[in-house]
Amino acid sequence: MSLLRHTKGGEVHERQSLTVNPAKTCQPVGAMYAALGINKCLPHSHGSQGCCSYHRSTLSRHYKEPAMAGTSSFTEGSSVFGGQANLLTAIENMFTLYKPDVIAVHTTCLSETIGDDIPQITENAIDKGIVPEGKFVIHANTPSYVGAHPTGFANMTKAMVDYFAKSTREDKVARRVNIIPGYVEPADMAEIKRLAKLMGLDPIMFPDTSGVLDAPQTGVHEMYPAGGVTIDELVAAGDAQQTLALGPVCSGPAAKALYAKCKVPQTTMGLPIGLAATDKMIMAMRSLNGGFVPEEIKYERGRLLDLMTDMHQYFYGKTVALWGDPDQLVGLSELLMSVDMLPKYVVTGTPGKKFLKRMGDVLGDKVHESFVRQGPCADMYLMHQWIKNEPVDLLMGNTYGKYIARDDDIPYVRHGFPILDRVGHQYFSTVGYKGAIRVLEQILNVLMDRQDRDSPEETFELTM
Amino acid sequence: MAPDSPEQAVELTPDGTLTSEGLREELLKAYPKKSRRKREKQFVINEKTVNEDGTVTLPQIGANTRTIPGILTQRGCTYAGCKGVILGPTRDIVNITHGPIGCGYYSWLTRRNQTSAPNDSDANYMTYCFSTDMQDENIIFGGEKKLAAAIQEAYDIFQPKAIAVFSTCPVGLIGDDVHQVAKDMKEKLGINIFGFSCEGYKGVSQSAGHHIANNQVFKHVVGTDNTPRSKFSINLLGEYNIGGDAFVLEDLLERCGIELVSTFSGNSTYDQFANAHMANLNAVMCHRSINYVADMIEKKYGTPWIKVNFIGAKSTAKSLRKIGEYFADEKLMEQIEKVISEEYPAVFEAQKKYKPSLEGKRVMLFVGGSRAHHYQDLFGELGMKTVAAGYEFAHRDDYEGRAVIPDIKIDADSRNIEELHVDADPDMYDSDKVRDKWAKEEKGYTFAEYDGMMTQMAEKALVIDDINHYESEELIKRVKPDLFCAGIKEKYVVQKMGVPCKQLHSYDYGGPYAGFRGAIEFYKDIDRLVNAKVWKMIKAPWDE
Repeated sequence: MSLLRHTKGGEVHERQSLTVNPAKTCQPVGAMYAALGINKCLPHSHGSQGCCSYHRSTLSRHYKEPAMAGTSSFTEGSSVFGGQANLLTAIENMFTLYKPDVIAVHTTCLSETIGDDIPQITENAIDKGIVPEGKFVIHANTPSYVGAHPTGFANMTKAMVDYFAKSTREDKVARRVNIIPGYVEPADMAEIKRLAKLMGLDPIMFPDTSGVLDAPQTGVHEMYPAGGVTIDELVAAGDAQQTLALGPVCSGPAAKALYAKCKVPQTTMGLPIGLAATDKMIMAMRSLNGGFVPEEIKYERGRLLDLMTDMHQYFYGKTVALWGDPDQLVGLSELLMSVDMLPKYVVTGTPGKKFLKRMGDVLGDKVHESFVRQGPCADMYLMHQWIKNEPVDLLMGNTYGKYIARDDDIPYVRHGFPILDRVGHQYFSTVGYKGAIRVLEQILNVLMDRQDRDSPEETFELTM
Repeated sequence: MAPDSPEQAVELTPDGTLTSEGLREELLKAYPKKSRRKREKQFVINEKTVNEDGTVTLPQIGANTRTIPGILTQRGCTYAGCKGVILGPTRDIVNITHGPIGCGYYSWLTRRNQTSAPNDSDANYMTYCFSTDMQDENIIFGGEKKLAAAIQEAYDIFQPKAIAVFSTCPVGLIGDDVHQVAKDMKEKLGINIFGFSCEGYKGVSQSAGHHIANNQVFKHVVGTDNTPRSKFSINLLGEYNIGGDAFVLEDLLERCGIELVSTFSGNSTYDQFANAHMANLNAVMCHRSINYVADMIEKKYGTPWIKVNFIGAKSTAKSLRKIGEYFADEKLMEQIEKVISEEYPAVFEAQKKYKPSLEGKRVMLFVGGSRAHHYQDLFGELGMKTVAAGYEFAHRDDYEGRAVIPDIKIDADSRNIEELHVDADPDMYDSDKVRDKWAKEEKGYTFAEYDGMMTQMAEKALVIDDINHYESEELIKRVKPDLFCAGIKEKYVVQKMGVPCKQLHSYDYGGPYAGFRGAIEFYKDIDRLVNAKVWKMIKAPWDE
């Protein structure tokens, strides 16, 4: 029995207005996730309380962790007269009861439609004395009807620069490097920091959800776990020698803002998913450390390469359908291409000007064998119709792929956001050389399990 | 004395040092003045006064009032209550969310309302998320055209028998008339299409959304199919088939010989709603989300309603007997007794097995609009004690009983929610049913009765409406309950504190917990959760 029984092959229905099974969600959840990457920060959703409830639930389901955040709890009255009173009450309650260092306000479609001016309300809060000395209220505009969750992440990350980064000296601090990691997992952020430190750099990572959304069980609930970028670090980001922005959609805007504000030179590159992209990141780091690469990193690269050479036969020629965020899709596609797999179908609902060009660069001469779609109605329903007409060997994307995987009996690797039905993504990184090993291992496992399941007796292999 | 005996005073902690009054004062102290004034009304101690005539007066609780901004509430919004809770479980309506993408996305398959569409040819749209994905130009220039086009596309591709449209926050603000668009498209396409003004900001919680949803279902669907039903036919109102609860009840009722015409709305179809008025009795599970539908059906068609509860073995037996008694048919009542006696041995067996390791343990429940009450029955069967409880979105009558309904002040937020004016249907109103109801009432059978949560709770137990993070964390720190029941947002906070947390919205992806079979499943799950080895491993050997 089909789970998605109304999805059929044949003529692909081109739609203009109806999105079916979206490959994106809305800005505010990305902003909330980014804000959780600031130490002692309480994110705040300025809108109806359902937004906050939905975002917190999604983050908690994905991480199996608390995701603390406040809401302005708009009623019909606030929707007509503006949300100022609600936000002021919220700020007072949150500082009194929950004592954060920072409240990071993001807007919603509701407060954006009525045009609430957050900086003006914040100023008012300061005038009224409800923002304690030395504490901050920052904000990002994240209307849900513009962009998607990566956009919200980018906007809140940029707000960290706008509110805190300061240039305090003429020369920049050597080897201090800002790393904007993009919409990746806490484990990924930790891994990128580890690599930067191995490269002899002094990284300031923002946002940094490691140590926040992968907190240990200690018998005590820490409202603000130890992780997250501190305010001091965000201020100091203005004196860094360089900014590495990983993923143009999620990290580009903050890096550009930091350059404009503090003249910190920036390099925007793809997420370090796979060998080539990690090489690029290491080379960028190498240009800041006097030109060395430590043995440990060389070893890790060699190990990845070893896996790619040893197991190539299982990858070669396999076709993949992917859905998710532009920065992730470009990185994954590059990784797949590097082992001679083909990203055959790629969809994202998230806008971003250079995505199609970036995908074109990655696909190279295979570009005509792939279907890549971005924007309105570039959704999982469209992708599924493509699959019905011409199947693929592998699915890679978030939890919602499980319905397609079962209906069409396709091996499936979970990747991206949200993953609601498995664990592992919190703990094991998919970036850097070691992360690429994990991605390839996951791919191999599902492809080889499939071979084992389907092989007739005479070709059932012990050694693979 | 039964563990949850309402006369017995609550023991918050085993050593008895903590008093309810002291704890309440301690917790309220931290609030800014304005917030404290509000929380005082919603945070009550269950002190019951026995009047001279033997009736009991309960303390008044503040409920269904505005959430305090910034308090870290459990509550969701009106859209969530309308699209997610009420219409979500109906499998063959194409539910289009009119708004930016998020609302549709988050309500896509996340509520565990199971459905069973046996054949591939049966419609099931529950695995799909439909949205107009409004963009900034739709906000500026209006989204009606896009909505009409989206309905057309949904019709062309999916050919459903009905389409429902759900308004999100910006829709109300920019003034899109979803009802007009729905009406126009209904005329054009010839299938039933209806809209919901369930913008997130309406009302103070998801409860408003339940009301808006049910009103429209009543207005647009109920009563459109007059196919007669059998003598012993009922509707089950307010049962949402989380974790398969409705499946258990469907089976149970069938074995008893009771015909289930429709369930609002677990495992439901459009046609069942259309035919619901032909049932002879309405049985209400979740009083909060649907009691007004029961009232409206009674007014329009004369069908009486009773409150039932299928959570807990004892309550299940009682509810089945109450239905049997209503139909007053010897054979039916015999069959009900037979089914109960078939089911009960396994229940006793399970109680014997799990009770020793759970008896006396203390529970807190903060969830829903009826679950925080109903589940106290299951805990009672395990000998566990409810020391504190409260609803996320219920009203005063769910706490204090329906007797307080005339005294409930209607505030501006409630006035925003449409109250349908209902008259008796000139053709379908069944006055025989009404006369029969009167006769039964004379004999002492009670209809439309619900005493609420507080009557059943221990003296001086804590009753807290719309609890927030601060209060839950402080309660857990001070009382150190053996089990806390809430939802996903609270789950991992509580567990980080070394206290097991049972999700009573999603059942932690387990269940079913309804009926006899469900009760056994619940005992087992609670034993597993509370007595898991991991809770004893939190301290590292070097910290011993």
